Amino acid sequence: MPSKYVIHVQEVSHRFEPVSKSGIIAWEEGCLRCAVCVKTKCVYGVYENRGLHAKQMIDSIDNQCMNCLRCVQSCPAQLIHKSVNPEFKAMGDSHWTPNIIANLWMQAKTGKIPVSGAGYPGPFSGPGFDSMWTDMSEIVRPTRDGIHGREYISTAIDLGETPEYLILSEDGSLEENGTTLVDIPLPIILRMPPFGSIAPSTVSGWALAARKLGSLFSAPLNVMDGIKPELAPSLMPECSAEDDDIERIPAGARLVEIPWSEDWKSKVSVIRKKDPSLLISVRVPMAEGMEERSVSLAKEGISVIHLEGSMSGLFLDDKARYVKEGIRSVHLKLVEAKIRDTMTLLASGGISLAEHVAKAILCGVDGVFVDFPALIALECRMCRRCTEGLSCPVEIEKAPSGWVAARVVNLVGAWHNQLLELMGAMGIRDARRLRGEVGRAMFFEDLDEKTFGSMGDVEEGCELE
Amino acid sequence: MNKAESYQLPGVVRTPSRFKNPIGKYRLHRSSACTACGKCVELCPYEVHVVRRGKVFIENHHLCVGNDCPDPCHKACPEGALTLRRNPNFDGLGDARWPADLLASTWHMAEFGKVPEKGLEYKLGASGGGFDKLRIVFKKKVKAVAEIPDDEFDLGVVLNRRNDNAHRVRIKVPFYGGGMSYGSVSITTMLSRIKAAVALGTFCCTGEGGYPDELKPYDDHVITQVATGLFGVREETIQRVKIVEFKYAQGAKPGLGGHLLGDKVTPGVARMREAVVGYPLFSPFPFHSVYSVEDHKKHVDWIKAMNPKALVSVKVSTPTDVDMVAVGSYYAGAHIIHLDGSYGGTGAAPDIAKKNIAMPLEYALPKVHQFLTEEGVRDKLTVIASGGIRNPHDVAKAIALGADGICTGTADLVALECIRCHKCESGRGCARGIATTDAELMELIRMEWGTQRIVNMFLAWRTELIRILRKLGMTSLKELVGRTDCLTHIDYIKKMPKVS
Repeated sequence: MPSKYVIHVQEVSHRFEPVSKSGIIAWEEGCLRCAVCVKTKCVYGVYENRGLHAKQMIDSIDNQCMNCLRCVQSCPAQLIHKSVNPEFKAMGDSHWTPNIIANLWMQAKTGKIPVSGAGYPGPFSGPGFDSMWTDMSEIVRPTRDGIHGREYISTAIDLGETPEYLILSEDGSLEENGTTLVDIPLPIILRMPPFGSIAPSTVSGWALAARKLGSLFSAPLNVMDGIKPELAPSLMPECSAEDDDIERIPAGARLVEIPWSEDWKSKVSVIRKKDPSLLISVRVPMAEGMEERSVSLAKEGISVIHLEGSMSGLFLDDKARYVKEGIRSVHLKLVEAKIRDTMTLLASGGISLAEHVAKAILCGVDGVFVDFPALIALECRMCRRCTEGLSCPVEIEKAPSGWVAARVVNLVGAWHNQLLELMGAMGIRDARRLRGEVGRAMFFEDLDEKTFGSMGDVEEGCELE
Repeated sequence: MNKAESYQLPGVVRTPSRFKNPIGKYRLHRSSACTACGKCVELCPYEVHVVRRGKVFIENHHLCVGNDCPDPCHKACPEGALTLRRNPNFDGLGDARWPADLLASTWHMAEFGKVPEKGLEYKLGASGGGFDKLRIVFKKKVKAVAEIPDDEFDLGVVLNRRNDNAHRVRIKVPFYGGGMSYGSVSITTMLSRIKAAVALGTFCCTGEGGYPDELKPYDDHVITQVATGLFGVREETIQRVKIVEFKYAQGAKPGLGGHLLGDKVTPGVARMREAVVGYPLFSPFPFHSVYSVEDHKKHVDWIKAMNPKALVSVKVSTPTDVDMVAVGSYYAGAHIIHLDGSYGGTGAAPDIAKKNIAMPLEYALPKVHQFLTEEGVRDKLTVIASGGIRNPHDVAKAIALGADGICTGTADLVALECIRCHKCESGRGCARGIATTDAELMELIRMEWGTQRIVNMFLAWRTELIRILRKLGMTSLKELVGRTDCLTHIDYIKKMPKVS
């Protein structure tokens, strides 16, 4: 058995006070000067511990307040109120929601998985991956206890052409079959997001995080120049369509990616000529025709295919279709073509929660790319000021690479533990066995109409309540 | 009617908020233009305004029904001294499952023992699916039951339907208290729930944190839990009760174990659980002695050997094969199959588990009901649903989907003025004194207050359920079990062609 894969996390402070969800409004006017003010009775001591954040000029009280409303409900003159912070509500968009952003910050800071009391507060289901539930086992089949360490759950995956069978020589030793495999200990590859206030130190930090995690960092070739040569094995350079950039592939890189184009074969042959041992991934846009493209690529010997969705988890050419469907469709076409088992399918686009990793794999990929969460781990607020050439409110470009790496390692560490939770509950011991295992998932589209569809007949004149 | 049946329902006693400023949906503002004419006091049917020493004050903002008011004071004020606004604190409260309206209406029920007349949506949450999209269908022509008095409606549930050697337990209301362990909630909270259960003729479960001595006087109304950590489980505790609950899984963290943080393991908790003060306690998952129905039967047999008269309840979560689990539990000898959906849970649980693992309760219930029926054992097993039952309408819907009765947890805590801040576990525990073992914070709740608040809420549920039954033309809740024809889902509704 391989040694247990553990991601070492350690608390890494924020550089800026995060945007808090709600704020305290306390008026002075009308104060009765009670002998014992409710403010001194705060369970969390926030009124005593508050201070002015010198750099950001904000009162730290809102980040300490735990919303118990004791002061609001006890002040005799009703001078204290809580309000929702409009700045918090305005963060991100419908996919990168304020709650998702705030939870990513917390995980990057602590390395701990989000835990809360009092039941699930969210909606019944939602679009994309939110219309899926994962299964669990009880009584009639075993679960796996990965978190508390009694059982080993492997999250490792292989990238490249998996041989269908092993060839043994006469003395029983394994014969090389000439294929290259890159093993990564978890089904997550870091990827540089398409925008952000990104500096060379940020890129170096991400590469360092990939190395610490034992995984890969994918980014355009032209930003990789500043990365230390010893990190090359952890890099997955994205070549452009031009031929001359191949010379810049860092020595020691094991895997490169090229975008799909009509003449992808010529690009592949140029790379193979330069270094036949390099594994090549082809990035296929998640759009019309991707199934045929993927099947033909796989049949022609491309062993790693990357389906690229939009940053909101949608198709690139159809805003009504979700990455979830795209993955299922391509996976099934590859299964039908009987080549799924020998190649690797990866996906990117809108992966924003740990559960998306497990759900994408259940839908049929081997692993996923994580892009914006690696930026949000650095306190990004998804304000997009950088896309307009304006300054970054949290000065990501000034963050040192060591801090960047530590924050990202924390985030991925928390995600890894959450993946173990889901896999353990499903009774799955190996991430490779999770791929396409829809029997361990439940889908809204299968269950909702089946359960409630027959309840639609209502006689005229009935009263509904 | 035998003696055990001739029990008296407790009465409603108005039990206001323990805080100076209860949170309501609206706020009225009175300007200095007020001449204390008393018009508003006269108009308001909700006692929002009070007169003291010749002046008029707004004492009960939280009772104002705002725009639902038939004769609004702020429009009638001759001086124009009153303005109505929404309470900004209210808008920050609640979530999709428990919107602020549902919280405030539960507080109303706990205070007055009846559902709010106006101003608050007390029937639905805002989760956008399941219970919140299901509606009860009242047909035009139903059996006339209008003349039948409330007392004659039967809301009871038989818990032993096997008719075996075990106790013939029948609860008087279609709900009992779900497991909330000593340690995760205060002893006052625990006792308030148990005493309310005694008053209402039902039960309350200890959770897996042991069986505190304070509960002994109520043994006949206690369900003791045997969970994977086996904390505080002793032969003696099994022999003391009428119902023993095996917790295989819980909806809030299906497939995962429990975790009590070290801070909460106070000397009292440690003694109860036979553990060490200050050290976190893990309750593993699953029972490592159960990997099949046969193993499960062995568990049930242990209980029956120790306490032959005990009813055995099996609490499970809702995986794809929940129907198989239910049938397996029956064949292993269980009396009750308790399905715990994932919107409930009161202690801390990983967000990823609460949101994603296992199917919603609304899917699991009809699946189990139907499968048990097909197997011919539905009438031999009591099906209890829990995990997100928030109000009387959820109760009726769960029963129509196939449950015999339901179990509550969060609703009880909301009656005690939980605001669902989701910080049960931080620092010294619940700042509102509900889910804490901190001596000072526990002082925030008096047991009599807590008991009456919970009793009031359930009396409101009971009255509302009778109103629903009446409109359905039924006199017993049993008639509603599995009657999905009494429900519709607004996404699939289609108008039937008019019968001419």
